[in-house]
Amino acid sequence: MRKAFAGLWKTSGYFRFGIVSLAFAIFMIIMSFFSPFKPMESFAVTPDLPPSFAHLFGTNSRGQDLFWQMTFALRNSLMFGVMTAVLSRIIAIWVGMYAGYKGGLFDKVAMAVNDSFVIMPVLPILLLLNFLLRDKMNWFYMALMMAVLGWAYDARLIRAQVLSLKERVFSDTAVFCGMPTRRIIFKEHMPYVMPIIFATTINNLLWSIGMEVTLSILGLTNINKASIGVVIFWANQHQAMISGIWWWLAAPVGVTVFVFTGLYLLSVALNEYIDPRTRLRMKGGAV
Amino acid sequence: MSIRDVFSKVFLKYIMQRLGQCVLVIFIGITITFFIPRLAPTNPVEIKINQMMNGPAKIYPEAIAAFREAMNDLYGLKGTIGEQYLSFWKRFFHGDLGPSIFAYPRPVSELIWRSMPWTIGLLLSTSLISWLIGNLLGGLAGYHSDKRWTKWVELAANCVRPIPYYIFAFILLVVFCFLIPIFPTTDAYARGLKEGWNLQFMLSVLYHTFLPALSLVLTGVGAWLLGMRALVSNIISEDYVQYAEVGGVNKKTILGQYIMRNALLPQITGLGMSLGSIFSGALITEFVFGIPGMGTLSYKAILNFDYSLIMGVSIFSIVGVSVSVLVVDLLYPIFDPRVRLN
Repeated sequence: MRKAFAGLWKTSGYFRFGIVSLAFAIFMIIMSFFSPFKPMESFAVTPDLPPSFAHLFGTNSRGQDLFWQMTFALRNSLMFGVMTAVLSRIIAIWVGMYAGYKGGLFDKVAMAVNDSFVIMPVLPILLLLNFLLRDKMNWFYMALMMAVLGWAYDARLIRAQVLSLKERVFSDTAVFCGMPTRRIIFKEHMPYVMPIIFATTINNLLWSIGMEVTLSILGLTNINKASIGVVIFWANQHQAMISGIWWWLAAPVGVTVFVFTGLYLLSVALNEYIDPRTRLRMKGGAV
Repeated sequence: MSIRDVFSKVFLKYIMQRLGQCVLVIFIGITITFFIPRLAPTNPVEIKINQMMNGPAKIYPEAIAAFREAMNDLYGLKGTIGEQYLSFWKRFFHGDLGPSIFAYPRPVSELIWRSMPWTIGLLLSTSLISWLIGNLLGGLAGYHSDKRWTKWVELAANCVRPIPYYIFAFILLVVFCFLIPIFPTTDAYARGLKEGWNLQFMLSVLYHTFLPALSLVLTGVGAWLLGMRALVSNIISEDYVQYAEVGGVNKKTILGQYIMRNALLPQITGLGMSLGSIFSGALITEFVFGIPGMGTLSYKAILNFDYSLIMGVSIFSIVGVSVSVLVVDLLYPIFDPRVRLN
């Protein structure tokens, strides 16, 4: 593990950038616990101050310090993303692995439903849901909804992998040795599926945060709870751009770009690492 | 039985399969949109009534009861859930999405048809442009993967890829409307111009929609480029490509005919899917730049709590997505001779 980390750090610029931005995100999350202000406490500081040493990201028209607000916003958004990713992973892994391994009727039905979910337009359905449930919505329900709408494509990828694993000799050996299906799936096949799960997790995380931001900008989430989208929502409400308070938008936009790009590049670097051909090249061997 | 018979039979089966899939998606999607509001603890009629009661006007209980009755009828909330479901489908097949509330009594379908051209114009053109540029660059980058410039292109694409399109819209807005004010901030065309097919209007539209279009193209190119590069770098190590290279086939022919043509197939499917998402619009981009398309329409519907309009937009995009995926699936055999044959 430590060796892999050192190797990646030395050879991959993507990995270095990813780790730096991950460290930044963790730093922000930790800082949120030491914030001198409550997340949405307004008129705690002088409003509309540009970024300075006293206020790193400036302050907004509601008299909130944007740096401290962003610490909460990033924490909530990331937590929401992780929650969605974990929940949708549960569905995707279960459906993908069982459909791939069992085949037959279960596979046919699951894949028909799956195909439908792959092309189903998620945004209008989310709009409708949030529109009606606005007051009752909380992070968990929203994560659950996103998970139900966002598992399909990843399940398909996992199933494809399992289909090819099923044909390998070791699967037959396991079956003839009397290994129960559940153990074959989770003990024998899981390790091969892990890289796919890992790569799709980061994509799903970014996707769900993106959706949350979209819904928040439209004012369809709880706008009194800090998140990246909610900060942008309030900036739009106060027409920050027209009054020239560009840092109100720059803070959430900058943080989003930095963290999103970092996490994505991290996944690219790790994917490359998982590919044995790259690892060979890193060790200086021929490809 | 001649070859032609077999071919048409197989093709018919393929069409039927795709058609069945399309119908299934529409069925599931519409059923979900039907059940969401009915299972939700909030009733759109009651919310509307509460909103009205907040005003200064004094309203009699009888009037409210009549209003509730009328609204229930309008929203199709009368009768048992089974009856409602049936009448929901009946309305769907008649293309009747009910009247809009905030633009009463104009029907929802009319509002949607009016916003549609803007969204299609903006998203269709940007999707196609970014697909073309992305695949071309991705193909070249994959083929010349040892060159220096491909590293930079790849780096740029990787940095752009994860950023949501609306974040790009905000960045462009800040840079080109405020820091270097060369582009207008809102509206799809200059104020005072009349909509029409004349040069002045078209130029105005182009100028006003340049930034939103650019934000969509930039994010799109990144994704297509990376996908294409990965596909090409897989195909490049295939035996037939190596053989063609050893055989001294022209490099351009190898890239164009041997590699790109094969790599394009999954990208065409992807294009179909992304064209489908056109129907819900690039919501935030439209809303940020004030383009009167589907996205702005949804936003207005949310602001005014226009339940039938929201339902209309959802239903419309579900049908739009499934149909456009179907169309691409049916066109697919043209691009892939293997599908054509089996």
